[in-house]
Amino acid sequence: MTIAARPALAPSPDLLEEEHGPTGMLKWLTSTDHKVIGKSYTITSLVFFCMAGLMAMVMRTQLTSPDNTLVSQHLYNELFTMHGSLMLYLFAGPFAFGGLANFIVPLQVGAPDMAFPRLNALSYWLYLGGGMIMVSGFLTVGGAADFGWVAYAPLSSATNTPGAGPDMWIVALLLTGFSAIFTGVNIVATVFYLRAPGLTMFRLPIFTWNMLVTAILILIAFPVLASAMIMLWCDRHLGTHIFTVSGGGSPVLWQNLFWFFGHPEVYILALPFFGIVTDVLATFSRKPVFGYKGMVFATISIAALSTSVWAHHMYTTGTELLPFFSLMTYMIAVPTGVKFFNWIGTMWRGSLTFETPMLYAVGFLVVFLFGGVTGILLASPPIDFAVHDTYFVVAHFHEVLFGSAVFGGFAGLYFWYPKFTGRMTREGLGKASFWVMFVGFWVTFVPQYILGLHGMPRRIAEYGAATGWQSLNQVSTAGAYLLFASVAITLINFWVSWRRPVPAGDNPWDAHTLEWATSSPPPHHNFYWIPPIRSERPVWDYNHPEHATPNGHAVPSPVPAAVGSLAAPGSSDGGAGGSGHVGGGTAQ
Amino acid sequence: MPRRNLLPSAPTPTKRRSRRVASLGALALLVLVLGGCNVDFGATKGVTTQSHLEFRLWFWLMVAGIAVAVFVWALIFWAIFRYRKKDDKIPKQFHEHIGLEVAYTVIPLIMVLVIFGFTFVVENNIDNVLTPPQVIVNVTAYQWGWIFQYSKPGPDPHVNCTLAPKDCVTVETAPNAAPSALAQPYTSPIYPQLVLPVNETVRFFLRSRDVVHGFYVHAFNFSRYAQPPLTNAFEIHPTSTGVFPGQCTQYCGLYHSEMLFSVKVETPSQFQAWFSGQEKKLQTQASLQSLVSRS
Repeated sequence: MTIAARPALAPSPDLLEEEHGPTGMLKWLTSTDHKVIGKSYTITSLVFFCMAGLMAMVMRTQLTSPDNTLVSQHLYNELFTMHGSLMLYLFAGPFAFGGLANFIVPLQVGAPDMAFPRLNALSYWLYLGGGMIMVSGFLTVGGAADFGWVAYAPLSSATNTPGAGPDMWIVALLLTGFSAIFTGVNIVATVFYLRAPGLTMFRLPIFTWNMLVTAILILIAFPVLASAMIMLWCDRHLGTHIFTVSGGGSPVLWQNLFWFFGHPEVYILALPFFGIVTDVLATFSRKPVFGYKGMVFATISIAALSTSVWAHHMYTTGTELLPFFSLMTYMIAVPTGVKFFNWIGTMWRGSLTFETPMLYAVGFLVVFLFGGVTGILLASPPIDFAVHDTYFVVAHFHEVLFGSAVFGGFAGLYFWYPKFTGRMTREGLGKASFWVMFVGFWVTFVPQYILGLHGMPRRIAEYGAATGWQSLNQVSTAGAYLLFASVAITLINFWVSWRRPVPAGDNPWDAHTLEWATSSPPPHHNFYWIPPIRSERPVWDYNHPEHATPNGHAVPSPVPAAVGSLAAPGSSDGGAGGSGHVGGGTAQ
Repeated sequence: MPRRNLLPSAPTPTKRRSRRVASLGALALLVLVLGGCNVDFGATKGVTTQSHLEFRLWFWLMVAGIAVAVFVWALIFWAIFRYRKKDDKIPKQFHEHIGLEVAYTVIPLIMVLVIFGFTFVVENNIDNVLTPPQVIVNVTAYQWGWIFQYSKPGPDPHVNCTLAPKDCVTVETAPNAAPSALAQPYTSPIYPQLVLPVNETVRFFLRSRDVVHGFYVHAFNFSRYAQPPLTNAFEIHPTSTGVFPGQCTQYCGLYHSEMLFSVKVETPSQFQAWFSGQEKKLQTQASLQSLVSRS
């Protein structure tokens, strides 16, 4: 884990740029530093994740016996609406592009901050405000929104779902929607304009590539969501008839608008985690990413295709050109398959170790594959007719979303936790949390597939005893408790590392990309020194000059001898190599 | 450790042939076992011509899906067990193989195109509404129940019961204005029953009176939205008799969980008897009503 012969040097005092400004709580409230905002985003999104998880526990408990009255039907409807909304709008997305991307992307491109630091702060505060407004719907007289996280018209009209809770849900989505748009603008500008010298587009780490494509998808999808929310608001309060039948409006228009946002959104929630997994697999295989350019093109094609598949959520509306959307949906399987083979190729003939991040990344591969295969089944309209809106679909999207956002997300969290905090997590607790989660995952979702095939519809608060669905539901609930336990173990792990810190050092994983070239946590404005960038793995090249990344599609090409005053340790003769390891805090 | 190629070395021709025979044999055995044991992968064959078509597609897509999943899982598990770190040697830093990359782009592409072809054919068969129907049912969904109206067999196969109620026989159970707090068995008389003849083509016209509902019968392997203000048409051809559960699958508000119904498939003569009984009941009701209004 530790790298030998690393001179422990502090940056020379003249390079030390003192951080002027408030400290403590005031710093968290006023900072425009991407690292502080990134941490705020991560913590806030994990709080929402735990809240939504607790709601899931209540729902799973309700379903353990037929005709259960643990919660009323009304409360159950609120719970699944808020569970979905919190998980999708307030956890998975903000955790990825608000938390991890905010913290990691500027570091990976060698920039001192995001391109627009104040806009970044505005993003966070809009997100926090929106999230709090959404959750406080529970405090209103009529309760929180209860029309499902998709808010299908005309159920979401003022007649069918009156009250302040639904209005707060709409406003919350507008606010978080704008927060996402601003973050998207920020990421695109940062990646395009703030890359360090030598960091060409095809030398970006895959995580940053995926965040760039995700940010572009955000700019495509979220404005549609925001306009749909404004239209829904007008229908509810200003007497328009955009989505109501009575005034000549079109309810199916809502579904088209929503899913035109909603399907790219699914990839907004998946691509960042694909990026995390790619970087983690490469690091713990001690090899470069296999098929780097193929990986980038696969990401771009997934993003492009994701804008033309929205109606596969609407096969049973009877309004769609089924073959087109079916074909487009099938096509997405191809770049996703390419990614899988690239991931396997990255591990192939490597030297694999299984620290917690790697366990989570491999766990992601195993579980996401299953969710992906059931996705191929659902892409077929006849099969979708048979299982649409049943637990089969519930199991499918939980497998892919839980697989990416939680397995992939926790891989990233454990991977970058040392960089976030300067401390290590405990391996034992981390591994325990993984194995409990891995077992819990299958126990929870495989029974749900079977329940769907036995005809259990989604979003039902109760079922009769004669349906025979009880035992499978009980198994699924037991699995859900395991998932809850595994998250609790991770939180305990973080708490332990906070109470009894183990210093991480700058590059505890012998990782490859620029964020590991600076201290943990990074200083104000991130870098005192950056290694020469001659491939997508500058830190690896610096630390292992004799095993430098092959450049391009040929044998390692010779590298210019020196950049400024720095020796170029990436050169194949290895002359200047070994003078020290990046991450040792070496200032030259 | 001796250096190895990225790809396993090419096997000798005889080895290759025997391997191919073995894999073909394994595949044939698998199909035999699956077919012989009536493997359904958890799904139902259903009781309609359409559901059988869907099931067959489901079965073969499952076979293909499992084959792909097992293959990829095998690669993943091979990698994590075989390439576990053994010493401090840095592995060879290879990062591409253009031929391999093209292969694993093109082969999946061909696979999904073939799957799409099958899916396209089956979908056209299931969605086909061109055969002249023997029975027409108008289904109206509302919060939180169902109305089933039968069109009289007549010259007009497309009669709209909303516009021409006289041409329709209405079967409507007492609407669940105040649903019970708990779901009853689907055969309970508080839920409406849809009666259909076996071996006859039934055309459905599906509408909603308020929000989006999902008309779903598990034994039909089929669901369709009641999407306001549209009318969705589809056909079902039941092939065996029995009573089957149906339920709303698209979340539609407070009592969504209790929006159940049942489907009873009878022989054509039983269906005819039931149908005339309903007609007679309606006539009696109508004459009673006219008597009441006259007095």
